[in-house]
Amino acid sequence: MIPFDFDYFRPKTLQEALQIFREQMAMGKKPYYFSGGTELITLGRVQLAKADAVIDLKKINEVRACRIDGDHIVLGSCLALTEVEESNLFPLLTKTASEIADHTSRNKITLGGNIRGGIHYREAVLPFLLADSTAVIVSAKGVTFKKMSEVFQGSLRLENDELLVQLITERKWASLPFVHVKRRRQWETGYPLVTVAALMSDNGIRVAVSGLCAFPFRSEKMENGLNSKGTGIEERIKMALDGIPATVLSDVEGSAEYRMFVLGNVLRDLVSELEGGIVV
Amino acid sequence: MRTVGSSVVRKEAWQKVTGTAKYTDDYAFAGLLHAKMVVSTMAHAIITSIDTTEAEKIPGVRAVLLGGSYPLVGEAIRDRPPIAVGKVRYHGEPVALVVADSPVLAKKAANSIQVLYEPLPVVNSATQAFEAGATLVHEKLGEYKRDNEIHPPIPGTNIASHVKIRKGDMEKGWQECDSVVEASVSLSISDHAAMETRCSIAEIGPDGKIKITTSSQAPFMVKRLISQYFGEDMGKIVVETPLVGGAFGGKAAVQLEILVYLASKAVGGRPVKLRNEREEDILTSPCHIGLDATVKLGSDRHGKIKAANIRFLWDGGAYSDKAVDLTRAGAADCTGPYAIDNVWCDSYCMYTNHPYASPFRGFSHSELSFAIERTMDLLAEKVGMDPLTFRKINAIMPGNTTPTRVLLNNSNVGNLPKCIERVHELIQWDEGEMIALDERFVRAKGISCSWKTSTIDPDAPSGVILTFNPDGTINLMSGVIEIGTGTKTVLAQLLAERLNMDVNNIYVKMDVDTQTTPEHWKTVASRGTFMAGKAVLQAAEDVIRQLKAIASCVLRAPIEDLDVADSRVFFRDDPGNGVHFKEIAYGYQYPNGNSIGGQIIGHGHYILRGLTHMNPETGEGRPGPEWTVTAHGIEVLFDRRDCTYKVLKAITVVDIGKVLNDKAARGQVMGAMSLGLSFAGRETFVFDSLGRVRNPQLRTYRPLHYSEAPEYMVEFVETPQIDAPYGARGVGEHGLLGIPAALANALSTAAGVSLQKLPLVPEMIWKAKEHVRP
Amino acid sequence: MKVHQLELRINNEKRMVVVRSADTLLAVLRRNLGLTGAKPGCLNGDCGACTINVDRLPMKSCLMLAIECEGKEITTIEGMHNTPMQQAFVEHFAFQCGYCTSGFIMNAHSLIHNRPNADNQMMKEWLDSNICRCTGYEEIERAVKDVLRKNSQIQ
Ligand SMILES: Cc1cc2nc3c(=O)[nH]c(=O)nc-3n(C[C@H](O)[C@H](O)[C@H](O)COP(=O)(O)OP(=O)(O)OC[C@H]3O[C@@H](n4cnc5c(N)ncnc54)[C@H](O)[C@@H]3O)c2cc1C
Ligand code: FES
Ligand code: FES
Repeated sequence: MIPFDFDYFRPKTLQEALQIFREQMAMGKKPYYFSGGTELITLGRVQLAKADAVIDLKKINEVRACRIDGDHIVLGSCLALTEVEESNLFPLLTKTASEIADHTSRNKITLGGNIRGGIHYREAVLPFLLADSTAVIVSAKGVTFKKMSEVFQGSLRLENDELLVQLITERKWASLPFVHVKRRRQWETGYPLVTVAALMSDNGIRVAVSGLCAFPFRSEKMENGLNSKGTGIEERIKMALDGIPATVLSDVEGSAEYRMFVLGNVLRDLVSELEGGIVV
Repeated sequence: MRTVGSSVVRKEAWQKVTGTAKYTDDYAFAGLLHAKMVVSTMAHAIITSIDTTEAEKIPGVRAVLLGGSYPLVGEAIRDRPPIAVGKVRYHGEPVALVVADSPVLAKKAANSIQVLYEPLPVVNSATQAFEAGATLVHEKLGEYKRDNEIHPPIPGTNIASHVKIRKGDMEKGWQECDSVVEASVSLSISDHAAMETRCSIAEIGPDGKIKITTSSQAPFMVKRLISQYFGEDMGKIVVETPLVGGAFGGKAAVQLEILVYLASKAVGGRPVKLRNEREEDILTSPCHIGLDATVKLGSDRHGKIKAANIRFLWDGGAYSDKAVDLTRAGAADCTGPYAIDNVWCDSYCMYTNHPYASPFRGFSHSELSFAIERTMDLLAEKVGMDPLTFRKINAIMPGNTTPTRVLLNNSNVGNLPKCIERVHELIQWDEGEMIALDERFVRAKGISCSWKTSTIDPDAPSGVILTFNPDGTINLMSGVIEIGTGTKTVLAQLLAERLNMDVNNIYVKMDVDTQTTPEHWKTVASRGTFMAGKAVLQAAEDVIRQLKAIASCVLRAPIEDLDVADSRVFFRDDPGNGVHFKEIAYGYQYPNGNSIGGQIIGHGHYILRGLTHMNPETGEGRPGPEWTVTAHGIEVLFDRRDCTYKVLKAITVVDIGKVLNDKAARGQVMGAMSLGLSFAGRETFVFDSLGRVRNPQLRTYRPLHYSEAPEYMVEFVETPQIDAPYGARGVGEHGLLGIPAALANALSTAAGVSLQKLPLVPEMIWKAKEHVRP
Repeated sequence: MKVHQLELRINNEKRMVVVRSADTLLAVLRRNLGLTGAKPGCLNGDCGACTINVDRLPMKSCLMLAIECEGKEITTIEGMHNTPMQQAFVEHFAFQCGYCTSGFIMNAHSLIHNRPNADNQMMKEWLDSNICRCTGYEEIERAVKDVLRKNSQIQ
């Protein structure tokens, strides 16, 4: 039950959506791009989110894209996570998405909403960080294409009326060996304690992590540590752990020390799996 | 026998699969107002101000209630203001209540109320509450009215009640011991998390009639308490309870009913509904009690336990309500199902700044079993005995006495050795307690035993009324609430069995209302089948007598020559010759129009016999009628590196006396096991240092899900309880009792370190292992 | 207040409702339409008690605005009549208190419709969306498997 009221709009084009956004802003209202809407609905109920004007994006064609375009995979921001999984255009993403929330909720939660959302985890972003995908963003100023490494810094940096339309990923990333591990406080359900996604590229392992810090990230320092050839595995893990870019969370899911312990083991396993070697 | 023992489909099954089954919140009607609580954001604080100005300005807001003008409430001790006055004592405590035209308006208004607090030092655990010089949760403990004179609160402390067991000669006992172990275990507060959150509706008529509809296990208690607390005439209070969406003890406490009664009163008696959102259901409404325990056990060199010294510090939370009874129940069965001659137990009900407790399935027994069974494994190890054999030789048997010195016989206790033997086979104990699969992974097993009697009020009543329909079918009315246990279907089975008729010709009234349904004390403590079952059998005798009386006129035969079956009364020696119920249940009409007899109404009742209060100094007394015993086994697949695990198998063997409905009984036991695994493995309130609960949502407070369930094995031993309907023992709770302990035992074996805390999350195991690492 | 008049297609009927834009589908089903089969358990997407089908897919009606459903086909438990899944739930004692049952049935019904060959893994993935606090889930598993098995025999 959402205790506040808002106006509801269902634009059919990006232009229309942007225009509504600007008009609402001009009227001093708080507009909300509404994709899956689960964040507004769940946090709104407990007074942690608010909006005066909801702009439901799901009737706009571009945000529903789900296709291969030459060498690229094009995924619209308003695809439900289950739609992304079923299309299976990017197997690592399929796996990552399939571990978020639960199946029924994923019929509603969308790719863009998850990535742009406010909670710590935003796990769906991990594969895009690894593949350094391109975010297609529109605003009144036009369309811009930005690398994820640039536009996702702790969060998806969008300003004013900027709207995430699509994520474009080079196909070569979709065929690389990958590992995805989501570890929870206990058993099979719930938020992550740590989620690690990794790809084996020509230049070594790429890793991105969610649940460890207050935001998902890919860290060059961590990767350098992991990939420092000629060093023992324990040393590599240690260097990787030293590369964690921010404070490690201590919360209801687990303490910082325990998260570090779990991450260490996950990294050991993934190195062994991706390098095919035996870890000693 | 035709019906007893078979898996009769529950009477309300088709309602439940078509969405037509109605629960309290499903009732709505024009004119219904909605209430919303404002709850405390602090665990212990002075309320410095409450500003309701904004709320009162909102059109459609009909009343804003603050604490101050209401009497204190609480079952054992009247220590709780329905709405906080001056200070708050737990995170989630109601501080204001808004009544408005719609749920949205009520919520808007509640959100607009500003409350300011000045924090006080927080009592954040039962152990901390017990320490000398601890902050007091209740400064005026001595001044409260109370019912409990036997184990009264101790003013100037945080002790709401102290129950003592003094059995045998401790000095002698310890002298006889060769091996002694002592262990401290603890489990933090958690929640029932029934899928239906609590909900109540109240309305007061111009004649003063108070109608309350509520999702409760205890509508008759609601009636009594509202009358006692507020001086209302009992006859004017009618409490209705439709189907209840799970309860597990959490709906045995009376809380929302009081608030919604006050709310209705504040708006001139108009109907008001108050439904908990999940966060309120977790925080504000009573929860599952916590425990800090110390257990010292000693045995002689043959492994016979000679002495036990036990201290329970129950975390009853900010208000004592039912925690006092839980403290007593824990003391009464403190040793678990073992024959021990020398027992000393101190069971303390502690006040803390945590949400307060209500009963939880098992009523203190799964908690005490965790403490005892961990210590049992430690002692077995010290004695150098196999834990299963160790339990078997100490198993309690007819001829032994309980901690409260009840002499057990063949009827009032089940056969524990037999339960242990079955677990022995089912878990393939002889294969080994631990089997290493490789460097990392092991399969490990743990076992446990438990028992339970139901320490309910000695004068708790249960009644049943039977009426007939003109076609000869029967209506059964009992005050048992259908909370999911299927008890009402079992009652129909008992009746069908006794009358030797088709159970499909018996209709059960599912909803209860305290004006027309005979009272059943509370639907708790696995007592529904026993007490209401006895009442059903008595009512069956009553209708048989009446049916035969009129049939004997019609058939012109002495009563002794008649028998009843298949909805007919007939000649014993000539079954084809008789009358159908439909011809006589509403009187019999002769061909000329003369009529005799009249509508047949049967009734039966039951009250437990021979229960006594416990002696305040020694604990001696008969707290309950019968002890159901269980043995459990759990097998886990454990990762020694990551400290993660999967529960592979969970086994419960329970001496059920007699299986009345096979699938339903299995369902009850499995469901209870699932609840046990869930709270043992994951569930707990996570408190911060200020006593606030950090996980009041099902997103972060996560009950067991489908993919997390293990393989279940449930078996029954049948040692009849002679005075029970067809010998059946209570079984609603027992699947749960030893499960946390068995899991802890399996994991302790697997991890190679004694695990003495719940929940058994990998992080806790990891920490325990780190702790012992040299 | 921002109110709209909507036409919703529910259980093969067209229903007109007046709703706030902020009303969830769950609230509208229960309060405006008297369809109380979908249950509130958390209003947060966590429990699944409110599950219904939208265009034949399971959806948590507490995670959805009513206004989002314009033009979609909504099926609630009240639209299920003697389906194999309902029969199987009864036969296998797949519920106790019944509070989770509408949601579980709607999810499971959609599963067999969309994934008639679901294996254990897929069953887990789908059925993890709902919480049942009363049963040990085993009865639910049996009920769903029974329907899957019978379906595959028909095919
Ligand atoms: C039961 C449950 C469990 C969950 N568990 C997890 C979990 O384990 N891991 C995890 O990562 N997440 C989890 N979540 C998801 C998370 O909490 C959010 O609810 C979800 O990711 C939001 O997605 P949405 O599509 O509903 O977004 P919305 O609510 O529509 O939007 C979220 C935010 O993104 C903005 N936005 C949306 N689309 C765009 C766009 N195209 N351009 C610009 N801005 C946009 C919105 O304005 C808003 O600020 C869970 C959710 C539920 C309900
Ligand atoms: S009420 Fe919708 S998921 Fe719980
Ligand atoms: S039957 Fe009660 S929650 Fe499932």
